[in-house]
Amino acid sequence: MKAFFLRVYDIYRFALRFFQEAFVPPYEYKAIWDQFFEVGIRSLSIISLTGFITGLVFTKQSRSSLAEFGATSWLPSLMAIAIIRALAPLVTALIIAGKVGSNIGAELGSMRVTEQVDAMEVSSTNPFKFLVVSRVIATTCIVPVLATYMGLVGMLGAYLNVHNNEQTGFSLFFQAAFVRISFLDLYVLVFKSAVYGFTIGLAGCYNGYNAGQGTVGVGRAANTSVVVSMFLIFIEEMIIVTLVNNYLK
Amino acid sequence: MDATDHKESVISLRNIRKRFGPLEVLRGVDLDVYKGENLVVLGRSGSGKSVLIKIIAGMLTPDTGSVTVLGEDIGSLGRHELLALRTRIGFSFQSSALYDGMNVRANLEFPLVRNKRHLGRKEIDAAVARVLEDVELSQTIDQMPSELSGGQKKRIGIARTLILQPEIMLYDEPTAGLDPVTSANINELINKVQTQYNTSSVIITHDLTCAKATGDRVVMLSDGCFLRQGSFEEVFATDDTRVKDFYNYNFISTA
Repeated sequence: MKAFFLRVYDIYRFALRFFQEAFVPPYEYKAIWDQFFEVGIRSLSIISLTGFITGLVFTKQSRSSLAEFGATSWLPSLMAIAIIRALAPLVTALIIAGKVGSNIGAELGSMRVTEQVDAMEVSSTNPFKFLVVSRVIATTCIVPVLATYMGLVGMLGAYLNVHNNEQTGFSLFFQAAFVRISFLDLYVLVFKSAVYGFTIGLAGCYNGYNAGQGTVGVGRAANTSVVVSMFLIFIEEMIIVTLVNNYLK
Repeated sequence: MDATDHKESVISLRNIRKRFGPLEVLRGVDLDVYKGENLVVLGRSGSGKSVLIKIIAGMLTPDTGSVTVLGEDIGSLGRHELLALRTRIGFSFQSSALYDGMNVRANLEFPLVRNKRHLGRKEIDAAVARVLEDVELSQTIDQMPSELSGGQKKRIGIARTLILQPEIMLYDEPTAGLDPVTSANINELINKVQTQYNTSSVIITHDLTCAKATGDRVVMLSDGCFLRQGSFEEVFATDDTRVKDFYNYNFISTA
């Protein structure tokens, strides 16, 4: 139990250090830009594919239930609610946790056990700022962008299915879809995606930066980064949805 | 009076103690490194050599005692002052610690770009070319670390530290894992760095050939204390079995 609380305190100090270092110059613009590319551009294809399939399949699966009540015309708005409010941020975060979180954990873990982090330190470079701050900023900023993008691609998948079955036009579909979506939904999408992104970055960096025990430690850092990120994302989803529904609607 | 008394001390350790859990690794170590000398710290694995060198570089904090490097008390320095001091100290890691996501050029540029932001592209390129020439590996400039041999990695690691023209060089097991010929080349390079860059060096090793080839002065670390110090011959002119055994086993194993 004592070890658990020590660990929690250690994570708290790690997060606190992030905020202390993130807003103090010199800023690592190039490192942050490189991470934007790593997290964003390199994830575009998988986000596009999964977003499109999610929209398509979810529409396909929902059609039969709605058809029983003759309510297939609700499909566009139902899909918009499901994708924008829940699926896009959640699925994006889970994909990025698996793809980027594990990568961050393994990369930093490998740098730690091969003394590359120490080498930065003795080269008068602040490794925390160069490695951790840049990655956490990148995931925090990019996950909302990717989630918004996935929402649009998911809606395209949904449109394709609806168009094939009901011959609904593009503008009619999107008019019907967004009738139930408010700016609050979009703000919440961006906000919770940013929280997920921060969680993914911080979990990956914490586990990688503190990796030990050689190659075993690297594997463990990658694995723990993904598991902890995914666990926390679901907890955060539950808390945010509860807060939004209770206090903002 | 000791022959080294008149020399300027660039590193000074006083009563250094360091404990990891129940294990006390350093037990009241005192050490001076003088300007321009190569000091070799010999010792068996686990004797506290690497801990000692990390304390000098400010990567570890001693439990007690004081560390003065280039006139600065490491314990009293703030983070930014410590980073500034480190630009004057080169650290060559046992594993070379090259950034494996960067090619040789980017590895060498890294400390320079970050610490001398005013430098232009031409000056950076010239500095990279100069240190690569010094370690005789100009042809590797565009190669990735994974494409280099162990000896080449060591040389590039040393070149990366030299690019900031340090006043002190710290070598952690510079010949570990290398064949005898490559080890001899590294020893030559250490001596060349001493004369060409006018550095004071601390060389941590358990390799007696390296110690003999590079050390102006040798100290023997055992169980967290210095047993002997002096020239290579003086250190081993003793009947202390801990020292004699180290000598005998080292040369038997390399024979």
